[in-house]
Amino acid sequence: MRAIGIILAGGNNHRMKELAQKRAVGAMPIAGSYRSIDFALSNMSNSHIQKVGVFTQYNARSLNEHLSSSKWWDFGRKQGGLFVFTPAVTAEGSFWYRGTADALYQNLSFLKNSHEPYVVIASADCVYKMDFNAVLEYHIAKKADITVVCKEMPQGVSVERFGTVKMNEDSRIEEFEEKPIMAKSNTISCGIYVIRRRQLIEMVERCAEEGRYDFVNDILIRYKNVKRIYGYKIKDYWRNIATVQDYYDTNMDFLKPEIRDYFFKQYPDVYSKVDDLPPAKYNIGAEVKNSLVSSGCIVNGKVENSVIFKESFIGNNCTIKNSIILNDVYIGDNTYIENCIVESRDTIPANSYHKGENGIEIVIERNARYVL
Amino acid sequence: MIKKEMIAMLLAGGQGSRLGVLTSKVAKPAVSFGGKYRIIDFPLSNCINSGIDTVGVLTQYQPLRLNTHIGIGIPWDLDRNIGGVTVLPPYEKSGGSEWYSGTANAIYQNLAYMESYNPEYVLILSGDHIYKMDYEVMLDFHKANNADVTIAVMPVPIEEASRFGVVIADENKKITEFEEKPEKPRSNLASMGIYIFSWKVLRDALIAMKDQSGLDFGKHVIPYCHENGKPIYAYEFNGYWKDVGTLSSYWEANMELIDLVPEFNLYEEYWKIYTKSEILPPQYISSDSKIEKSIIGEGSEIYGVVYNSIIGCGVVIGKGTVVRDSIIMNYSTIGEDCQINKAIIAENVNIANNVVTGEGEEVPNEKAAHIYTDGLVTIGEKSEIPANVKIGKNTVIFGSTEIGDYPDSYLMSGKALIKAGE
Repeated sequence: MRAIGIILAGGNNHRMKELAQKRAVGAMPIAGSYRSIDFALSNMSNSHIQKVGVFTQYNARSLNEHLSSSKWWDFGRKQGGLFVFTPAVTAEGSFWYRGTADALYQNLSFLKNSHEPYVVIASADCVYKMDFNAVLEYHIAKKADITVVCKEMPQGVSVERFGTVKMNEDSRIEEFEEKPIMAKSNTISCGIYVIRRRQLIEMVERCAEEGRYDFVNDILIRYKNVKRIYGYKIKDYWRNIATVQDYYDTNMDFLKPEIRDYFFKQYPDVYSKVDDLPPAKYNIGAEVKNSLVSSGCIVNGKVENSVIFKESFIGNNCTIKNSIILNDVYIGDNTYIENCIVESRDTIPANSYHKGENGIEIVIERNARYVL
Repeated sequence: MIKKEMIAMLLAGGQGSRLGVLTSKVAKPAVSFGGKYRIIDFPLSNCINSGIDTVGVLTQYQPLRLNTHIGIGIPWDLDRNIGGVTVLPPYEKSGGSEWYSGTANAIYQNLAYMESYNPEYVLILSGDHIYKMDYEVMLDFHKANNADVTIAVMPVPIEEASRFGVVIADENKKITEFEEKPEKPRSNLASMGIYIFSWKVLRDALIAMKDQSGLDFGKHVIPYCHENGKPIYAYEFNGYWKDVGTLSSYWEANMELIDLVPEFNLYEEYWKIYTKSEILPPQYISSDSKIEKSIIGEGSEIYGVVYNSIIGCGVVIGKGTVVRDSIIMNYSTIGEDCQINKAIIAENVNIANNVVTGEGEEVPNEKAAHIYTDGLVTIGEKSEIPANVKIGKNTVIFGSTEIGDYPDSYLMSGKALIKAGE
């Protein structure tokens, strides 16, 4: 293969509110049985990238558990494999990753010891399918120094939390603004980059010398007039999950047949860690409408327009509406839940009532499974 | 030198002909069970849960699906540096080759495999029962009694005992007599086909009896040990144990999983059952569907109504279809507006729209009245069923069928429609 992969999964995100307390955004559960990093990992595996480094920092327990074996994404190979880099105390220093470029710099030997000519950099908080070979071909054809995968957002969608770009007619990026207060363009950077490995090493080393740490601000934006930076437009489904509303909407997208068809039925597949769980069980009183239900669930009540993750128990006479129930949640009898995201391993006592009145409510309860 | 205290030999070579077309292309241990499992998952999970990490799986009849399922044993944690799972098919020998001609003959032909692990005890299992059992407890019993052979037995109602091999044991559980399918049973302890042998006793018996044709544990090896005064003990097991050797017992055992708190519970943390899980999305239940008392596998899409049924992985059930009291295995598709009653539908079956099964009176099956019983409609793997046909009770369909195969669009009760090779 011509490229190695790098997945930046270190960041925390206050826009995820309480959901980010428990895990890095890359480990957010998606669509019933996936984690958001599965999409980047599967895309790399399906693009025949054999060597992938995952950079983690913020609360990586959940993510590390998910990555405990590389075999699920077919990275359990003698050639290449899955490498996880967390900050460490070394002879040179004991810093956290002070930014994305710093994370690369602190693990520069990973880049230096590879022999593949290119690097594909992706983030762990996006839901999409992509053949990175196509981007690489484009990168080579444009004789680009860096290629940035971009997405044109529909008019009216707020893009202020992304990096926005403006390209010329040759798709060369002329303007790049990170999280602008007033966006000048509706085209955003998806956080996916292709760059020559030696070029990346050189840039990251220079960044470190100058005491700069961020890939976007200190490399992309700083070099945009010096280096040939091109945009590659993604036309298919792409969604970032890094706010509560986006996370909710992305999960709800999977209730649409065309989205399920695109991700679940069309080649290539999305891979994830497989748990040893029995099939879902529906007892008397179950009434499930337009919902996704994952394995290991036991349903006794009503579920409507919802996504139920693995191993959840829904008690008698419950109503779950327009909600997301994360893994291993116990919901006691006669509970009503609407417009909510219920955090994983919650124990919701019987006769509870939760309704998100102004937007989505995040329900966090103690795990009291064994005192019930 | 490699040393394992106990290794298991799992007999998985049988056809299981009483499962009819379900086993025409796969060995019985590879038949689906309970939505996502296969029958062999139960003894394999029991092995690893009991701390047995060396398992030889003896295959012979239609082994392809079994081999791909077992692989190198990853799902059961049986991919080991030393030991693990080994598939043992019959092989060619310089002095003339033979198939496995009986249960004990199969073990005899793999003496070299067992010797290489230098075991103290050998556990003999069969791949056709649904149960959870700690073999280590049975081994403790074997050791405590200084037994040479221990047979797991199960109390059955005395009126049913005549269907089994029964053992007669004294108050210390030492076996004094055997009776194979007795007319008037003197005991209600039925043999479960699970044996622990002390390795030397097993080896000597197999070598001494090697020329017996169709060498069988129940018929030859155990009686031989008994005649030679080897102490044989009966280990009584009182948990859930189900033989799924016939279509009706297979159907019943599946249906028992649906109970509110089933006797055989797959949802307990303790004693998990492992299987080769594919990476599949969650199941989708549409706005028009209704599901009660059912188990449904990953990746299935339900647009219809499902009552009291076991649905495997990747199954599609169309809008307006009602499925009752049925088993639908992995990757089968049921069209729209069908009525599926009491059917066993194997893997990768395609049923077109507006098909009705289980219509009419019960009539004994014309081809195999003892197999296709209890009003069940059995459909073999990869079968195709055209639209707008009705199918009667005690019927069997196998292969790609067309509307012309159904006179007046109706397959009468008791008919067999077999268009694929057996």
